[in-house]
Amino acid sequence: MIIPHPLLGPRDSQEFTIMGDAKLLARPDGLADGAEAAFFDYLYLRDNPAGLHRELWYHEQGDRSWLVVTRDTLTHEILGAELASDVARRLAEGAA
Amino acid sequence: MRFSGFRVVKEALTGHKGWKPLWRDPDPQPAYDIVIVGGGGHGLATAYYLANTFDKPRVAVLEKGWLGGGNIGRNTTIVRSNYLLPGNQPFYEFSLKLWEGLEQEFNFNAMMSQRGILNLIHSDAQRDAYRRRGNAMLLSGADAELLDLAAVRDMYPFLNFDNARFPIRGGLLQRRAGTARHDAVAWGFARGADLAGVDLIQNCEVTGFRIENGTVKGVETTRGYVGAGKVGVAVAGSTTRVMEKAGLRLPIESQGLQAFVSEGLKPAIDGVITFGAGHFYISQSDKGGLVFGGDIESYNSYAQRGNLPVVEDVMECGMAMLPGIGRARVLRSWGGIMDMTMDGSPIIDRTPVQGLYLNGGWCYGGFKATPASGYTFAHLLATDTPHPVTTAMRLDRFERGHLIDEKGAGAQPNLH
Ligand SMILES: Cc1cc2nc3c(=O)[nH]c(=O)nc-3n(C[C@H](O)[C@H](O)[C@H](O)COP(=O)(O)OP(=O)(O)OC[C@H]3O[C@@H](n4cnc5c(N)ncnc54)[C@H](O)[C@@H]3O)c2cc1C
Repeated sequence: MIIPHPLLGPRDSQEFTIMGDAKLLARPDGLADGAEAAFFDYLYLRDNPAGLHRELWYHEQGDRSWLVVTRDTLTHEILGAELASDVARRLAEGAA
Repeated sequence: MRFSGFRVVKEALTGHKGWKPLWRDPDPQPAYDIVIVGGGGHGLATAYYLANTFDKPRVAVLEKGWLGGGNIGRNTTIVRSNYLLPGNQPFYEFSLKLWEGLEQEFNFNAMMSQRGILNLIHSDAQRDAYRRRGNAMLLSGADAELLDLAAVRDMYPFLNFDNARFPIRGGLLQRRAGTARHDAVAWGFARGADLAGVDLIQNCEVTGFRIENGTVKGVETTRGYVGAGKVGVAVAGSTTRVMEKAGLRLPIESQGLQAFVSEGLKPAIDGVITFGAGHFYISQSDKGGLVFGGDIESYNSYAQRGNLPVVEDVMECGMAMLPGIGRARVLRSWGGIMDMTMDGSPIIDRTPVQGLYLNGGWCYGGFKATPASGYTFAHLLATDTPHPVTTAMRLDRFERGHLIDEKGAGAQPNLH
């Protein structure tokens, strides 16, 4: 699989490690009501879709950036990648 | 279909015209007491024990393809009980004991071969860890032996003992472990279930559940609605896709695992050997092919195939452990999709939907579990109480914090 790194261009996925579903960027508020249930969902439950999946890849043998990669789990086709920091910033702005 | 020596001679003399299929090919009835979804090893074993041991004959197995065409037909057939934790090890030892009597039990040749599994040790820390594991195995009633270097050299003189990075220092041996013929296991359970009256229904995909007031009433399938008193789901790599139709989200990711087989060679490796410094294991089939594999693919997949980085990793680990295999040619490789849980251990439990039961999360190690998984799932379905060796394999253990995490790796399936 070739990951289109937003800064470095096409890179072999072997340079990366994968952490899983990009929903892990949306960490729940530990002080909010129902935090216990929210953290159970956050930590353990997954949609595990057959089709498009947004997931966190870490460029360990490269520039050490975290990416959010959109990939089809039925074909392994990669449709895009962006910096996880950009996605996280958008999430934070959306929440604010 | 039954076999006998007399029958073999008679068929030989009459042109083999009298052999019949091993099981019937029935159409689905309107309703059953218990419907099992998934005709892999676990579903077929569950139906077998329900009908034969728990006296529940009004059972159907619904399989979307053909019997035994899933992971039961794709695995590397290793059977062992060398786990560590109290939530797991008694279950796997119960399974190994069932394996030891399986061929007599279902009267079918499953080619169960207790050729032993040797886990190699490469460092002092690893020896300590394996000593602890061996003791946990002994405490559960299993067998385990810690071998020193000389004993390992004696068993397998061709290993790469003096590799500069990964020298071999010893091994943990379980002599009662081994391999079995994966297809024959599915066929034996299928035939035994069919003979006891279970309907094995193929080309019948479950597409939904009929749930009323929180209780399951039956399943929608590509061959019509089938009513059910209880529904047991055992669909391995498809677990989350099937259970989401009942509204459940699970602590599971589906990931691929590859396996490889070489051209047939003269007998050389008479047991199972695992590398301790990377992920690699190898055995030799009765036809002579070297059967080996390694790491999972690490990313979510439903593609039933892997990618080249893992192929390279497996070959490198193989060469580091056993350089002699470098001359063997790889004939085939293939992949299967596994249901990796968040702690690397399986689930055999009720679900929040009344009458709906789950058997899944087998990760890359469910073949060895086949008889015990079937037996204990049948126990749960028939009696509504968990079998004593599965009391820790609860679905709500993640919520309650009672994980069965053999490696202590945390909630990341690709690390288990
Ligand atoms: C390459 C590889 C190597 C492995 N090596 C080992 C090993 O050495 N030792 C070991 O212990 N384990 C091993 N495993 C794991 C083991 O094969 C699995 O854990 C085990 O086979 C899973 O249980 P099963 O046999 O019931 O699964 P399957 O045989 O996959 O059965 C599930 C069935 O459910 C059916 N199904 C799915 N969805 C539906 C639906 N909607 N309706 C109806 N039916 C449906 C599928 O068609 C399939 O037949 C390996 C796996 C792989 C892929």
